[in-house]
Amino acid sequence: MALEAQDWAAVWLTLKLAATVTVLLLCVGTPLAWWLARTRSRLRGVVSALVAMPLVLPPTVLGFYLLVLMGPNGPVGGLTQALGLGLLPFTFQGLVLGSLIYSMPFVVQPIQNAIEAIGARPLEVAATLRARPWDSFWTVVVPLARPGFLTAAVLGFAHTVGEFGVVLMIGGNIPGQTRVVSVQIFDRVEAFEYAHAHWLAGSMVAFSFLVLLILYTVNPDARRRAA
Amino acid sequence: MSPTALELRVRHRLPGFELDVDLTLPARGVSVLFGHSGSGKTTLLRCVAGLERAASARIAVHGEVWQDEHGGFVPAWQRPLGYVFQEASLFAHLDVRRNLAYGMRRALGRADAGEIEAMAERFGIAALLARRPDKLSGGERQRVAIARALLTRPRLLLMDEPLSALDAARKQEILPYLERLHDALEIPVLYVTHQIEEAARLADHLVLMEQGRVRAVGPLEEALARVDLPLAQDHEAGVVLRARVEAHEPDWHLTRLGFAGGTLHVSQRALEAGAPVRVRVLARDVSVMLEDSAASSIQNRFACTVAGISAATDPAHALVSLEASGTRLFARVTRRAVTQLGLAPGMAVWAQVKAVALLD
Amino acid sequence: MKKLGILLVLAGLVAQAHADEVKVAVAANFAAPMQKIAQAFETASGHKAVVSVGSTGSIYAQIRNGAPFEVFLAADDETPAKLESEGAGVKGSRFTYAVGKLALWSATPGLVDAKGEVLRQGNFRKLAIANPKTAPYGAAGVEVMRKLGLADALAPRIVQGESIAQAWQFVSTGNAELGFVALSQIWQDGALKGGSAWIVPESDYTPIRQDAILLAKGEGKPAAQALMGFLKGDAARAVIQSYGYAH
Repeated sequence: MALEAQDWAAVWLTLKLAATVTVLLLCVGTPLAWWLARTRSRLRGVVSALVAMPLVLPPTVLGFYLLVLMGPNGPVGGLTQALGLGLLPFTFQGLVLGSLIYSMPFVVQPIQNAIEAIGARPLEVAATLRARPWDSFWTVVVPLARPGFLTAAVLGFAHTVGEFGVVLMIGGNIPGQTRVVSVQIFDRVEAFEYAHAHWLAGSMVAFSFLVLLILYTVNPDARRRAA
Repeated sequence: MSPTALELRVRHRLPGFELDVDLTLPARGVSVLFGHSGSGKTTLLRCVAGLERAASARIAVHGEVWQDEHGGFVPAWQRPLGYVFQEASLFAHLDVRRNLAYGMRRALGRADAGEIEAMAERFGIAALLARRPDKLSGGERQRVAIARALLTRPRLLLMDEPLSALDAARKQEILPYLERLHDALEIPVLYVTHQIEEAARLADHLVLMEQGRVRAVGPLEEALARVDLPLAQDHEAGVVLRARVEAHEPDWHLTRLGFAGGTLHVSQRALEAGAPVRVRVLARDVSVMLEDSAASSIQNRFACTVAGISAATDPAHALVSLEASGTRLFARVTRRAVTQLGLAPGMAVWAQVKAVALLD
Repeated sequence: MKKLGILLVLAGLVAQAHADEVKVAVAANFAAPMQKIAQAFETASGHKAVVSVGSTGSIYAQIRNGAPFEVFLAADDETPAKLESEGAGVKGSRFTYAVGKLALWSATPGLVDAKGEVLRQGNFRKLAIANPKTAPYGAAGVEVMRKLGLADALAPRIVQGESIAQAWQFVSTGNAELGFVALSQIWQDGALKGGSAWIVPESDYTPIRQDAILLAKGEGKPAAQALMGFLKGDAARAVIQSYGYAH
């Protein structure tokens, strides 16, 4: 095997980052998706556009603004310093925050689509059967939207694994902290270490294919819901 | 007058539509909200259920206030009601037994297997308890939905065109269950429909709605017998008569019914003599003769007085109101016949009834 | 109006037929001076220089995989040599167009002293460098820290940019208080553009020779030849020096 300790460290870090981001995104993204699916507020369009921005923006743009905002002179940096959290660039927490934003649409949209597909009726039925809103969320919405949640989790995870631009901009390439697989591959290529690069890059290709294969086999209408 | 159970004063504005209703309905029996689509009957039902929050309303059931003029609003999930929706509304991810238990557990704090099975038995779905909703027919699904609503022991049952999504055969499969319900249920039922046949078969009380307002309200027989209401113009227009079983004529396989204005023969039924029944007589099944004629094959004939003649929507037809000793009847005849027979109010005539439907 | 528009388009086509185009790949640290040189080159020769900027490693990979570049201005001297030996560059066309100078820089005025003592005092959180494995300026920065005997002490504070451009960005946004950058990035018209800097003595690190090479795709192309010549001329030299490169 042509992978060295630093490659494995990057792999492990990447999985840790993706898992953390996925869990957090499900927590943050679900209420947001719910709101987007149900609200008649005029803000809906604005919020939808903001959530979808990472789909169209080059990751470098996002990364650059994060670097500026989270820096000592940026508002986010000022806040984190005031809270005693220090500065976020070049830290694992900073990557988590960046990835949260970057992978947000991949989690919010499938959940939103699933909730929209369910419609208001099952919730009305649940209400006439004495289910409180919170109760009906867990006993009706979550089970009925399960394929959407599954798609969201898989895409959120996979997309975070595949992230490069944002990490490059705010990571600082610190081993064990911010040097994830995609950056490690870039370094290997830049340093003409093509054998290592091939192993890592090939694994990424295989990983992505496997994830999508599982997603579409287990959950055949995921493609439609993700769209 | 029976004790008032339902107090419904609802004002609600939707884009291009205004609901303005002030109704008090009796504590028992089925009140049918009848009207064309867009007349506001479903909106009214949703306001009663709390699924829609009317801009201004006072909704009280058995003295319990669910919404008042001062902004008081009990959310839907706190109202002890059962709601049966138009289309199948079972939870797709739960089997029949879990669907049935869902509301019961929340309303009563327990899901008693014995009670669920007894209810399933009553609705003929006991064999389906382990099935998923997508493995049920439309009629079975709707029976599960009704059973599920009743298991919560509601104090009011709301039914929003529960048969409209079903074909004729499925309707006939469910109507007997609803009729039995009608007899056994202690709680009031608000039943929305635009099918006059359903209304005639199930209603004790009829609320006729038109463009968000109540056009008429009263006991079913009275409402159906009013020529000034659009009900009289329906293709299925007709009256409901209260009658009693007089005797059986086993040689002819007939049962004789007596009502205030005469007698009617219907196909033999297993009913005790003296039992009260309701029969439906459609206007299109009644014809008018100037004198009785034993020469007719139609034997349900009786003497009447012409009470009035009114125009029908179809310009070829007229609606003749007949009075038979206090019982009101409609006959739909051609205007040509009215002229040729010289029909006029006050005239003594004979009514000939081609077909009679026994409702109970 | 329409006719005039067509005429203008035709005129444009005619003008292009006269002037050739040369596709140049430029290492990130030399992007700014190259813009100026390209303008001067266009005025002087009538040829147009189309400039692509990237890291030396990426450009190398692109050239090896068929990129249409005709001239390559690298950030080191190894990569052009490698390209030449691999046959992707024209033999004998290599020359050093600039010698890079390393600077320790902070966006905060007064933080960096004229002797780089700040590295010893350590009143900073992060020190940005370019990836030493891939960027010559990064390697030079590591060399300097070793020479000062600070390499191990500073290691935990180091953040790496993938290129010298990124190292500069980390410092300029304040996310790293200090960083080893190319003097060309902070120097214009013979003076520091902002912040504070220590221009590291050239004796403290291996000279950063930046070589240019005529690539196989540019062989025999007049515009490419012309640019190689122009880079050696006085006009280009003046620009290069004004950005803090030695020549």
